[in-house]
Order: sequence, then structure tokens, then C-alpha cells
Amino acid sequence: MEVSILGSGCANCVALEKNTRAALADLGIDAEVAKVTDVAAIAAYGVMRTPGLVVDGQVVVSGRVPRPEEIAALLGATGPA
Amino acid sequence: MSLHPGGAVDGSSTAQAGRRRAGRLALAVVVWVAAYTLNGPLWDWVVCDLLRLDLGSRVGSGVHFFLFDTVKIVLLLAGIIFVVTVLRSFMSVERTRSLLGGRREGVGNVVAASLGVVTPFCSCSAVPAFIGFVASGVPLGVTMSFLIASPLVNEVAIALLLGMFGPGPTALYIGAGLVIAVVAGLVIGRLHLERWVEPFVFETRLGGQVIDPALGLTWDQRIQIGVEEVRTILRRIWPYLLVGIGLGAAIHGWAPQDLFVRYAGPGNPLAVPVAVVIGVPLYSNAAGILPLVEALHDKGLPMGTLLAFMMAVVALSLPEMILLRRVLKPRLIVTFSGVVALGIVAVGYLFNVLLPA
Repeated sequence: MEVSILGSGCANCVALEKNTRAALADLGIDAEVAKVTDVAAIAAYGVMRTPGLVVDGQVVVSGRVPRPEEIAALLGATGPA
Repeated sequence: MSLHPGGAVDGSSTAQAGRRRAGRLALAVVVWVAAYTLNGPLWDWVVCDLLRLDLGSRVGSGVHFFLFDTVKIVLLLAGIIFVVTVLRSFMSVERTRSLLGGRREGVGNVVAASLGVVTPFCSCSAVPAFIGFVASGVPLGVTMSFLIASPLVNEVAIALLLGMFGPGPTALYIGAGLVIAVVAGLVIGRLHLERWVEPFVFETRLGGQVIDPALGLTWDQRIQIGVEEVRTILRRIWPYLLVGIGLGAAIHGWAPQDLFVRYAGPGNPLAVPVAVVIGVPLYSNAAGILPLVEALHDKGLPMGTLLAFMMAVVALSLPEMILLRRVLKPRLIVTFSGVVALGIVAVGYLFNVLLPA
């Protein structure tokens, strides 16, 4: 599973990364969490409000910071785990 | 949800959760109103009876201003940010862009400026939003109207203006902010400055499926977003807030009555442009500037000069220009700042006529 956080370092991006790591730990998934900080790359994902969460090339969250439980549900739904 | 086999059970438990949520919200409203009402009497008592300071003295009035204003501003911010964020969770940048798609200049600028006020947005997303708008075909000038209105007419400024100066100046401020955003966007559109946008913006191919963050949220999620937003904004702005209120308190208690009026009062025709020139490079936000504005207003400075100063601080700043440099060439940044600054100066003069000190 490839997980990336889109965001240029604002407070919400840090929070999203933290919640995503917590969700991955809960699910027992050992995945790298990559960070995309280049604004052009972020825009190319179609995300206009940071932060964003990308799982296996698909944007699953944009513009908000869901709780770890919700992220866990999203991760469980997209990847084969 | 209706396809769920346990629909009846599900329904009663969501009704119960709904009642609990309503109860918590009602409790929060009661606590807020009580705190707001008791704020004045509490600090009167603390400063007069507990600290034995005279409210008419410099120290007494300065300390009282600081304590009273800190609590008042934090309460106003928490209340308004929460309400506005929950309402805004029904709106999104994605929806704004689709509303702007295919609009001509003129109408497009007006719609863009108005949407700038209601769309949830923070300046840290200015660049991805700029690319997302321009690359999908929204005209440059219309995009600029959105990007100018969004920080200029924001919920923090509206909350504090309402609390400090009442509905009249607040309405004027919102109207003026919208006019500046519309006119500046129109001017930039007419100048055809697309060649001063970094070329990669037009070449960006927007991939992926667009996710509209406003869709499919539950009330619990919207309330959670509201609470989180209050927390993040307060955490981000409290240093500005304390410095602003501290300066305000110092001016309130110590500055001689005629000091500011002598230099920046109605008698000085250059006060407005000077206020704007001082305000542009300053980086703060409405919460840091308004306590200062309130204290200077008490000292007799006219509203137009003060609001022009505030607009210059919140609408234009060096850090934002550095961010925008990623997508705009320096000449466009200079043009954009110049057009907006001129608009703010004009509004300052107008307000000084409409709202004499």
C-alpha cells in the first residue's frame, strides 16, 4: 500500500500525517507514509485545499483532517491490506 | 443508510445520538453566553476589589483593557469560527470552481469575490487553489477576485468588527472588501497578464478524481470540523492576539490623548496612504490588528484610516507574496499588490468621509 500526505507543511498536514500513522498502526499495516510538499504536484492530484491523503494513487481525503478511526475505515476499504 | 437491514434499530440510536448532540450544543451556548455576560463585571471586580487599582488610572485601565479584551476576543472568535466553519462545511473550493467555470469576466468577478467569503479556505492553500482554478480554465482576473476576497473578508475580521464596532462599520467593511476584490480582479483581467503567470500552471494536467470535501459528511463530522478549526485557529493566532491586545492596552493606558490624532488624525490628508504603506509588509491577522484598531479608535483616529491599515495587513503580506512567487512572476505580484493597495487607500478615504471620528 502506498500512502502519501499532500500538504506544504501547514498545521493540518502534520495532524493528518499523525492520524494516518495512528490508523496504519491500528490496522497493523506496515506502509511508508510519503509526503508531497510541491504545490504543483499537489495541484496535479486535483487537490485545491490541503491537506490531502492519497492511497495507491487515489485521493481519498482532501481539505480536512478525519479522526484515525475514519482513516482506518478508508484504508481498509481501498487497499487489500 | 436506508438499505441497512437493521434500519429501525439504527434509526432510534441515531435519534438518541442526535438528542445528545443537541444537548451538548445547547450547553455550550449557555456557557458561552454566561461567560460573555460575566466578562465585564468579573474584571471590574478583579481589578478594583482584588488588585485595588483605580479604573481611571493608567495601570488600572490598561490592565482592565488587557484582561477584558483577551477574554472577549477569545469568546467571540471561538463562537463565530465554530458557527461559520460548520456552515462552510457545506461549501468547498471544488464547488466554487465549478460555479465559476464558464463565467464571463464581470459577473464572474462578482461571483468569485462573494464565493471567496463563503468558501472554506486558508492562505496555505492559495497556490494549489490558484493552479486548480487557472488550469481548469477559470480566467486569471476571476481567480484573483477569489484570492483577494478570501483573506480580506474573513470570519475572524467579521466577528471582531461586530463585537467592537457594531453592525454598521462591519457591513461597510464587508462591502468595501468585496468591491476591492471585484475591481482589482477586473483590472488584472483587463491587463491580460497571463504571460506573467509561470507557464507550468497552464500546462498542469489535473489528474485524479475530484473529491468534494463538502459531500457526504455527517453532522457529527461537521461539528468535529468546527471544533478542530476553533482549536487550530486559536493555536495559530494567540501570539498575535496577545501582542495586539498588549499594544492596545499600552496605548489605552499610557498614550497621551492627542498623540495619534496630531500625526494621523483627520487633519493629515496623507494618513491613509501612510497607514497602508506601513500595513502591507506587516504580517499579522485580524485578531492581532483589531485590538490595536480599537485602542487607536478610542484615541480619536478615524475609522477609515484604521480599517485601511487593517485591510493592508490582512490582504497583503510578504510571506503570502513569497508563496505566490511559485506561480506568479514578480511583475504580476507587484501589479497585484499595487492594485489592491490602491483600492484599500480609496476605501480608507471613503470611510473617513462616511464615518467621521
